[in-house]
Amino acid sequence: MSSTLKIELGRRYRFSASHRLHSAHLNQEENRRVFGKCNNPYGHGHNYVVEVTLSGNVDPATGMIANLADLDSFVERHMLDEFDLKSLNEDVPAFRDTVPTTENLCIEIFQRLKSFPSAKLERIRVEETGKNSFEYAGDISEGNHQ
Amino acid sequence: MILLTRKIEFSASHFYNNPRLSPEENHRIFGKCNNPHGHGHNYTLEVTVEGEPDPVTGMVLDLKELKEILEREVMQRMDHRHLNYEVPELAGQIPTCENISRVIWQLLEPKITQGKLHRVRLYESPDLFADCYRNGAGAAGKP
Repeated sequence: MSSTLKIELGRRYRFSASHRLHSAHLNQEENRRVFGKCNNPYGHGHNYVVEVTLSGNVDPATGMIANLADLDSFVERHMLDEFDLKSLNEDVPAFRDTVPTTENLCIEIFQRLKSFPSAKLERIRVEETGKNSFEYAGDISEGNHQ
Repeated sequence: MILLTRKIEFSASHFYNNPRLSPEENHRIFGKCNNPHGHGHNYTLEVTVEGEPDPVTGMVLDLKELKEILEREVMQRMDHRHLNYEVPELAGQIPTCENISRVIWQLLEPKITQGKLHRVRLYESPDLFADCYRNGAGAAGKP
């Protein structure tokens, strides 16, 4: 019966970072019109919450899909160390030429965490504030669509 | 299809130890969770049922009935219990979120006769949870 069930593990992490939404492809007025106050030249910040969901076999010896200490240290190294208390625009190379919207942030975090060795990364959900959240489960090319 | 979710909370104690591993291996794998005296959590369980609303009652299933099923199958078994010693369904398994969510699925699935069990989500803390689905059902209501 168990083989007909699928178990996923979800873990939430938090980081705080600043960003500014501004596109080099738009002029000043267009940037202001599209991004509104998020285009303020000095930027602003959020307390982001990132929900990481993994799937895989539950190891009968440990009862776990993945060891949490391994997951935490992987996420620490690949995400938190590089995003927490940073400017996404200035400090994260992926956002030099890409607007650091939370949509793009989901994709960037997915790319960074998908090589976690002990389980399959199913999806990333990012809450920018308590009212906005975004989710990314990889592209068809990543074999993540059922 | 409508997805209907009911939430309950229970408090229980547990610890992680595999008798087939040495004390050193248990400590390395499970860390603080290996403390033989155990520790506890306030678990939050979200049970999601899928189905079409009945044309007469407008309900997928009667919430009162779901509440009674959850009381009987989960609360009476697990609330204020030690999961390693007092829940026979978990005997021989490490009581992780993954395993507890699967046991809860197996307890609830045959009892839910109006609609169909869609997902069991068990939070051990606000930052850690496991989801159990029927294989192929997909997450978040996706077909």
